[in-house]
This record gives sequence, C-alpha cells and structure tokens, in this order.
Amino acid sequence: MGRAVLLRCGAVETDVELLGRLRGGDEEAFVALVTRYQGSLLRVARSIVPTSAVAEEVVQDTWMGVVRGIDSFEGRSSLKTWLFRILVNRARSAGARERPTAPLDPGGPSVDPARFDGGGAWKEPVAPWTDDTDARLDAATLGPVLRAALDELPDRQRQVVTLRDVEGLSSEDACAVLGISAGNQRILLHRGRARLRTVLEPRLGRP
Amino acid sequence: MPRLLRRDLVCQQAVELVTAYLEGALSRRQRRRFEAHLRGCPNCSAYLEQIRVTIALVGRVEPEDLDPEARRDLTDLYRRWRGGSAGGDTHGAGDGGNGGNEP
Repeated sequence: MGRAVLLRCGAVETDVELLGRLRGGDEEAFVALVTRYQGSLLRVARSIVPTSAVAEEVVQDTWMGVVRGIDSFEGRSSLKTWLFRILVNRARSAGARERPTAPLDPGGPSVDPARFDGGGAWKEPVAPWTDDTDARLDAATLGPVLRAALDELPDRQRQVVTLRDVEGLSSEDACAVLGISAGNQRILLHRGRARLRTVLEPRLGRP
Repeated sequence: MPRLLRRDLVCQQAVELVTAYLEGALSRRQRRRFEAHLRGCPNCSAYLEQIRVTIALVGRVEPEDLDPEARRDLTDLYRRWRGGSAGGDTHGAGDGGNGGNEP
C-alpha cells in the first residue's frame, strides 16, 4: 500500500510508470489506467459496434486482453494506440456496425455541388465563423450536436474522425489501428470533416 | 503568372484539397496552386478556416465520465483475471505474472 500512496502524492504518473506497476500485478495501477482510458475506449468502441451494451463488453474484453497480454507491449507505439489496436480487433470480431458489402467510399464531392455555379465558383459568399463565436462555440451546446453528427457518419468515416480528431491520433497511428492505407484514411477523414462542417454551419454562420 | 495559376483551380476543386493540404499530403506544386487560389479567394479561405474550427470543436467532445459502478465492476473483474482471491494483498508481484491465470 505504502508505495502506491507515496506515488499518488507526486505528479500524475505516466503510462509507462503505470504499466510497470500493472506488470507487477498492482490493482491501483489498473484502476488508474481504467480511469484514464475508459472514456476513449468506449467512444472508439461505440464508433465500431452497433450498441452501447456491445461497446461495454468489447471494452471489458480489451482490458482483459491488456491484463493478460501486458508483457507483449513493447512500447513501440503509445499505450493509447496499443489499446485501440486491441480494441478494434475485438470490436470487429464482436460484430461491426457495417455490412461487409458496404462500399469503402461512396465517392462524389464532399461539398454539395449546388453551392457552386457552372464555372465551379461559390454561388453565395462563404460566411466566416470567426470572432464573436466564443459564446456560440460553447462545448456544452455543441457537444451533443457533434456527438449526434458523428454517430450519423458512415461507419468508416466515423471511425477515422473519432481516432484522428476526437482522440488526437496521428494519421500513421490511425491507419495502423484501423488497418487502412494512408490514402483511404485521408479520403474518409476529408468526407467526415466536411459533413461535420455542414452540420455546424447553420449554428455558427452569421445570423 | 499567379493569375494564371489561380484560374487553374476552381473553388469546387479547391475544397476537395483541403484535407490533403492540412495533412501536408499535397505535392509542392499542388500546394502552391492551392495557396495561390486561397490568396485570391476569400470564400475558400473562409471554408478552410471553418474546417479548422470544425476540427478544433470535434476535439473538444468529451468522453462520458466513468461511473463508479463501472469502475468497481472492472476492479472485480481484474481480481478474477489475476486469478487471485479478491480483497487480498494486491502487491504480490511475484505470483506468476500472466501465465497461468485460468479463472
């Protein structure tokens, strides 16, 4: 007990420190890691499987994989990326949302062609969202809007946007976690972001 | 010359390059063309800025808090995975690692 108490008095422990303790079977380290990553894991799981209940099972399964496979973590990726890789593998075998026949990319433009004239220029000026938006950019108001919009993205777009823009993974790590090419990742990200922008537009554009 | 470059790329094409631009995935020539278009086009500049704001806002979506019950459940499971009896000394580092913890 004494060691854990002492450590807790200091600065926040790094992942590497917590993993070291977890290897030694330290329950407090496990709880600390769960506290740190459970939210992210649930979010990413939810981007792959159809229901929250399945997501919770998959995340639980992931933690079991972590506890049992801790010695296989070599520290070549960040802990977060390693966790996501275990998670995505388990989520996919648990039953992904997507139909196996779902096209990887629906194709077509990311901005409604009706916004452009025959020469490909914007018909109406694009109103900047800047400056006085801070009140409107309130995370509490926009959080639910963005969550709903994310949920409605096509599966692969949602997965890429969740890893990249919500969880902050690099494109390299996101590709590794999802097992997709850099080019595909970029296309999915491009469409997903464009869609989210469209959802925000009426809320953040000039009144 | 810049005018010619700008005319090269119309808005409808420019918006499809935004992500590749932000990812640093455009070739030098493509990037110059894209930036030349932006310089002459307040609409596409605004569009790019809106995408940046979108990214920043998505990054602020918070995960739901872990409720204490879920944490307790996981802690119970951890003890089972470890294969030991619950509630004992959890600092026994020498009890076999991950090898033989069948439930």
